[in-house]
Amino acid sequence: MATVELLFSALPEHVRTARLVAAAVARRAGVDEAVLDEVRLAVGEACTRAVGLHMSHGIGSPVRVSLIEDEKKFSIEVGDEAPHRRFTLPGGTLGAGASAPPQAGATSDAKAKATANGNGNGPAGGGGGGLVEADGALMPGARDEIPEPVPEEDEGDGEMGLAVISGLVDDVEVTTDENGGVIRMSWPTTEPVLP
Amino acid sequence: MDLSLSTRTVGDRTIVEVGGEIDVYTAPKLREQLVELVNDGSYHLVVDMEGVDFLDSTGLGVLVGGLKRVRAHEGSLRLVCNQERILKIFRITGLTKVFPIHSSVDEAVAATD
Repeated sequence: MATVELLFSALPEHVRTARLVAAAVARRAGVDEAVLDEVRLAVGEACTRAVGLHMSHGIGSPVRVSLIEDEKKFSIEVGDEAPHRRFTLPGGTLGAGASAPPQAGATSDAKAKATANGNGNGPAGGGGGGLVEADGALMPGARDEIPEPVPEEDEGDGEMGLAVISGLVDDVEVTTDENGGVIRMSWPTTEPVLP
Repeated sequence: MDLSLSTRTVGDRTIVEVGGEIDVYTAPKLREQLVELVNDGSYHLVVDMEGVDFLDSTGLGVLVGGLKRVRAHEGSLRLVCNQERILKIFRITGLTKVFPIHSSVDEAVAATD
């Protein structure tokens, strides 16, 4: 199991707590001091993204952060429970492009639709009018909705966080399915610091 | 650590001094401040980030939004930052090409291009 696990309500004010805990555990695990700023930033970006996804999908469950100390590396997994839309990481495309036809009225009311569907949709997905019909047919409104606690279209495209993570962290992996997504990141460690 | 904001004017420039952490929780306050300044007719902004301890992509998004707003009025948004860990974030996102970044408020105020 993870060395330290953290569950927090998907609210912006708790992202800072996740950063602080992650940096503290990373330091103890022996991650180089010079890299701790990167750990802090990367975990903050991952949590911000997860919070945004939960909020925009109306998901009440918490965001999950696992901090894992191994012999020679320290790993962080940030998991969300949002049924996933496709997205791209710089340098590689995960999933198909956005091409699903918009439903009537979906374009101007994407956020309301996402919330309405998300409410009736547990972590397992499905349910009447659920978000996921098939892998290639996520709900049009939700998929293109950029989860942004700063609700303004011109302020970041919501995936800048992923760009920052991939620019910062050499070892990063993003996996998603209809039950949610996980961002895994790891850093090498030196001699563990004894308590 | 929360976000602190203060403003002052030097000539036709408005200096926004930012301190603390700019993240998903605090960035809306910075956005409100920038929107308010532009709405009040301040189109030449200098954002002094020397007191910023943490900046993430949400904060970058707010700065980009501010830049768009002032540009709509032929204005400018300059940054003051000497902190390597903050500059790094601008570098990896390519935003060093978007924002003029200065090493002092005086230099930013004097800049004209």
